[in-house]
Amino acid sequence: MNPEEIIQRRVAQALRPGSLVNLGIGLPTGVSRFIPSEAGILFQSENGIVGMGARPPEGMEDEYLTDAGGAFVTAVPGAATVDSVLSFGLIRGGHLDTTVLGGLEVDENGHLANWVVPGRMVPGMGGAMDLVTGARRVIVAMQHTAKGRPKIVPVCTLPLTAIRRVTLIVTDMAVIEPTDDGLLLRERAPGVAVDEIVSATSARLIVPDETPEMNLAAA
Amino acid sequence: MKKGISCHEAAEMIPDGAALMIGGFMGVGSPHRLIDALVETGRRNLTVIANDTARPGLGIGKLITAGAVSRAIVSHIGLNPETQQAMITGAIEVELTPQGTLAECVRAGGFGLGGVLTKTGLGTIAAKDERVVHIDGSDWLYAPPLRADFALIHADRADYNGNLAYQLTSTNFNAVMATAADIVICEPREIAPVGTIPPDHVTTPGVLVDYLVRRDAK
Repeated sequence: MNPEEIIQRRVAQALRPGSLVNLGIGLPTGVSRFIPSEAGILFQSENGIVGMGARPPEGMEDEYLTDAGGAFVTAVPGAATVDSVLSFGLIRGGHLDTTVLGGLEVDENGHLANWVVPGRMVPGMGGAMDLVTGARRVIVAMQHTAKGRPKIVPVCTLPLTAIRRVTLIVTDMAVIEPTDDGLLLRERAPGVAVDEIVSATSARLIVPDETPEMNLAAA
Repeated sequence: MKKGISCHEAAEMIPDGAALMIGGFMGVGSPHRLIDALVETGRRNLTVIANDTARPGLGIGKLITAGAVSRAIVSHIGLNPETQQAMITGAIEVELTPQGTLAECVRAGGFGLGGVLTKTGLGTIAAKDERVVHIDGSDWLYAPPLRADFALIHADRADYNGNLAYQLTSTNFNAVMATAADIVICEPREIAPVGTIPPDHVTTPGVLVDYLVRRDAK
């Protein structure tokens, strides 16, 4: 199983049946392929749809039906389309259960930085600040390290996306939960030792006596 | 009844230095023929308020490439390297605003409200030059209302009363921008006879719309 699939499968398990979920562009988008339709999860995209479906077959695209990255999508039966004001009312107003986003850094406070690398990458925050501020739960889905450099750090060096503590960090090595006491190691990826996780993490980790392996077979 | 005009007549109304709201999300639901006509006029020093600047060669990206824009109030420029470059060199003054805050600031401007109080951006560099308001034990970030000289919007169907209906995800910023500019110019996909859009399918009532761009006009 490649690192992305480990992350996507584990995040899929963390989503609550029947809830409204926003998946960020990139790695988070792929989470949807591991969610059975009977889970009844509705996907929101901030450009204005509740009930976004998979990519349409070639030749079946609708130029007015896209996701937040501008890619063609479909609408599931029972979907609703809304304008940007209502879309962000859903996000900021606490009506969105979970947002899943990529991360550049997460720190011991559970703070996320994921929208800018000053002087190098200035894409703008888009909807990320509203999503991280307003969603009931924030799940960060990212590789544990970038080119061998830890992304889970004592204090974010990059500008924060919000000052809100994220709910869960899911990487290709571990599941980590930010708590009042710090970052708690919850699970390790199949075949990954606790020592390896600790050495790939520059933040202090709270390591319990037993750290179970992710059960990626379970839906 | 609204006057149907050509996209060139519409573009001619817009002077150098005008502030424009332009609808669309990554080019989806943008008034594309109106943008093309505006590029042809060679206008300069425009302020653009929009969700994003699309990509080079698409929608608002064409105005960026043409050098028509000196200031942009947007939430995202990640898919347009030309805007990013212009921001770094200072050729365009780019004000990055969280997308939900941007939508609400436009709504405040169009709905007669004094601004927006939001938690979004608190404690981040997006709050750097903004006021933090302390009310009843809670901190909020204040964002002022936004208005423009012109709103250039897209709709799916219009009638000659100016009533507008939108389709799927192309509503995005179009509906709210129709409330927040002195002159609202809409480029609908089609103009239907008055009475053929059911009242409960109208999202933007015609009283908000000043001009309709005809489909067949050159």
